Amino acid sequence: MKIKDLSLAGLKESLSSGEMKSTELTRFYLDCIGERETDVNAFLHIDEKYALAKANSANCPNSPLCGIPIAIKDVLMVDGMPATAGSKILEGYMPPFTATAVKKLEDAGMVIVGKTNTDEFAMGSSTENSAYGVTHNPWNLDRVPGGSSGGSAAAVAAGMVPVALGSDTGGSVRQPASYCGISGIKPTYGRISRYGLSAYGSSLDSIGVLARSVADIIPVFKTMVGKDPLDATSVESPTTPRRLPDAESLKGTRIGVPKEYFVEGTQVEVAGAVREAIQEFKKMGAEIIPISLPHTEYAIPAYYILASAEASANLARFDGIRYTQREGADTLAEVYNQTRGKLFGEEVKRRIMLGTYALSAGYYDAFYGQAQKVRTLIRRDFEDAFTKVDAIATPVAPTTAFKIGAHGDDPLSMYLEDIFTLPANLAGVPGLALPVGFDDANMPIGMQLMGTRFSEELLFDIGKIYQRETSWHEMKPKMAR
Amino acid sequence: MKYEPVIGLEVHVELATESKIFCGCPVVDSVEAEPNIAVCPVCSAMPGTLPVVNERAVEYAMRVGMALGCKIEPVSIFARKNYFYPDLPKGYQISQFEEPLATNGEMLIETEDGEKVIRVLRAHLEEDAGKLTHVEGASLVDLNRAGVPLLEIVSQPDMHSAAEARAYAENLREILRYLGVNSGDMEKGVIRFEANTSVRPVGTEKLGIRTEVKNLNSFRSMEDAINCEIARQSKVLDEGGEVDQVTMGWDEEKGQTYVMRGKEDAHDYRYFPEPDLPPLKVDDAWRKRVRADLPELPRAKFERFLADFKLSEYDAKVLVSDRAIAEYFEETVNNGAKPKAVANWMTGELFALMNQTEVSIDEIKVTPKALAELISLVSEGKINKNTAKEVLGEIFKSGKNPQAIVEKKGLAQVSDTALISGFVSSVINAHPDEVTSYRSGKTGVANWLFGQVMREARGRANPQILREELMKQLDG
Ligand SMILES: [Zn+2]
Repeated sequence: MKIKDLSLAGLKESLSSGEMKSTELTRFYLDCIGERETDVNAFLHIDEKYALAKANSANCPNSPLCGIPIAIKDVLMVDGMPATAGSKILEGYMPPFTATAVKKLEDAGMVIVGKTNTDEFAMGSSTENSAYGVTHNPWNLDRVPGGSSGGSAAAVAAGMVPVALGSDTGGSVRQPASYCGISGIKPTYGRISRYGLSAYGSSLDSIGVLARSVADIIPVFKTMVGKDPLDATSVESPTTPRRLPDAESLKGTRIGVPKEYFVEGTQVEVAGAVREAIQEFKKMGAEIIPISLPHTEYAIPAYYILASAEASANLARFDGIRYTQREGADTLAEVYNQTRGKLFGEEVKRRIMLGTYALSAGYYDAFYGQAQKVRTLIRRDFEDAFTKVDAIATPVAPTTAFKIGAHGDDPLSMYLEDIFTLPANLAGVPGLALPVGFDDANMPIGMQLMGTRFSEELLFDIGKIYQRETSWHEMKPKMAR
Repeated sequence: MKYEPVIGLEVHVELATESKIFCGCPVVDSVEAEPNIAVCPVCSAMPGTLPVVNERAVEYAMRVGMALGCKIEPVSIFARKNYFYPDLPKGYQISQFEEPLATNGEMLIETEDGEKVIRVLRAHLEEDAGKLTHVEGASLVDLNRAGVPLLEIVSQPDMHSAAEARAYAENLREILRYLGVNSGDMEKGVIRFEANTSVRPVGTEKLGIRTEVKNLNSFRSMEDAINCEIARQSKVLDEGGEVDQVTMGWDEEKGQTYVMRGKEDAHDYRYFPEPDLPPLKVDDAWRKRVRADLPELPRAKFERFLADFKLSEYDAKVLVSDRAIAEYFEETVNNGAKPKAVANWMTGELFALMNQTEVSIDEIKVTPKALAELISLVSEGKINKNTAKEVLGEIFKSGKNPQAIVEKKGLAQVSDTALISGFVSSVINAHPDEVTSYRSGKTGVANWLFGQVMREARGRANPQILREELMKQLDG
């Protein structure tokens, strides 16, 4: 079998057997990047020397990830590589440390080839908000790869890396995975340390993994989980995670289908493909149960208030005082105004304004306070649902990847793309995106499986069985075939 | 008209932990350390960094809360206080806002009218900001202090004069030092005050409009600023005006308060719960552990010193004013010296020596054991009091054992009757006129002769034996 068709386990096998050296493997992917990057623009930074040196020194026979290349979303810090978070305000910034999650992967022998494109500070659903140009969807270069982890999703879909890290605050791993026809996990909040992840919405941010298959996600996910003394919100994983009762089928597994996620406005092919996948689950022995998550419609306003409020504080540190660019001005207020006014993009400024407003005296209760209450209700929706079902199946997004520029001057219409992914972040529960078909324009369709807190392993079990029985995840865009 | 002042104090206390409140950086001397020597990615707010609470800071805050009789809340919440300033790296200060760590305490102060209870509203944890230094054409940022733990202690408006406010503040400083949570070193800015002052016509209940004076760094400036505000506000009211609710500064040189910003320019800090820190939980076990380690506080110690050692109120007060001094006193007593004598030696000779040389009780070479020995040499009649003073001076310099000094220098008191009798004889022989004068009835001359014999004995004669021998020879 050729490298491009191998799973992570397969790659590890050929490295272990000596059939291939990890420098050769890294060289292969670097060549793929070289060949396709002009079309895709998935990367903000590629470091061949660093990657080849790491590959050369990888000596970790017991690690399933030893010598395997990976790409890192540019909101994560890697010591020795610039980190821009897709923003002009961080152009040229070199972080002095490595994110805990990335450090664990490096310790396991993974080879970082570079940093991937993202909407500025992870704010967006298309990578169009990157200060360094849009990333193109490998399935159709006129379309967006989704976002904000669009660079990572496109890099995996285009075969430029076997696996990549993203971050997910409101769908930023799952939606680009769906748009690019790959698999992606947004873990339980706190299960992977956020230390070294440039914060967007701190109470919603999760680091996630994007790969072609669920099987490829698992070892990377497992390596990163656990309590980190540097992140007070991180939590230890349960000693015995929830698993399927039967590894061979979905017998005894209850899958909920929430009516609020199958409503008008969703692309017909998307709803159809997801329903077909649910039929597959039924064939595999699952019990399909209609459920309700009644507060779903309030997720968008609640999310945009909470995430923006947190972001308005999180981005206050980019003031031009301590690192990177400072716009010269005569007064302190002007230094702030000029630096932030010129170097932040429009969407970032919009959310800072929105968040600042929502926290202002006299508006706090009506906006931030109210949104927190909605968040509690949404969390309860899930708690209730998970007393009845083991997992919830929904579309990842209402549509497949849209054309670059389609949402142009209408940010609100873009926010609606997040409707099915935001609730998992508000509730802190895990969500797994799986490819389940294509629309009439041959763009991939994704399904989302959500579970209760700490049920990633169960979601992976379901996903693995599904991917054993189907081949959507094996489909590749032309450039990667 | 006569006005009654109403005063509340906010006291910002640096907690003397080894490391900062949300990162591992050491807390360094704010005056002497090289700028930006204690800075890491967390306290300089590099993207991706997160705060983690230093448990030691929480324990120090709990100690203060307990000492003030506050309720230690089982759950308290950190919040973000948002504002832009170059000394505030994150663009927000992590502080406790709606749900502080300690609530509803009180402190007893002494006033002209006797003892008085001042209620404490709350005490909450927060981080300090860095320091800005303005130089020609630029401002320099030093982040050494950014992230140093602070405890803000807020009183109720229960004080009615600057003197009461000062008594409260001084008392608080003493307690903080006792608890070992703050050096009390005011020059280094480890305690800072904000005074809220209003006045109202005597006999009325309704509170007047208050002003807030910020950044008061000494008891003196706090007292002066409050007095200045009382006078200013009274004058405004007397002239039929209205006091503006403003935030003020204190001009030390002019001895005047000045308006920093009015009510309309008040900051909107947009507080919201800090998502990076889970609620701070203090369970019973933790609370008990901290309480068990709480030292005896000045007030309790004062009462015990009166009861157990029968000290005068004055001595007891002086001795408990500093925990190290009180402990030194008790250790000396435990080494067998009489409490009253220890108190006299400490408040007299020892403090005089310490003042002259400007050293603290922690630094002196006289151990409690040595002082106890010295005191027993006196009470056993081995040396007299004047010699003892000399010996103490010597121990103070060299740290040597008192017995050794006495022996080496031949300072031991002479109690040999025959020897003393010899000194007496030679003095009597040398001063026949004075002896005659004594024998003719001028008995006062005996004292002069006593002095002459003591001189002959180089001050080391046992005074009791000397007197007996002298009288024997004069009268015999
Ligand atoms: Zn630090």
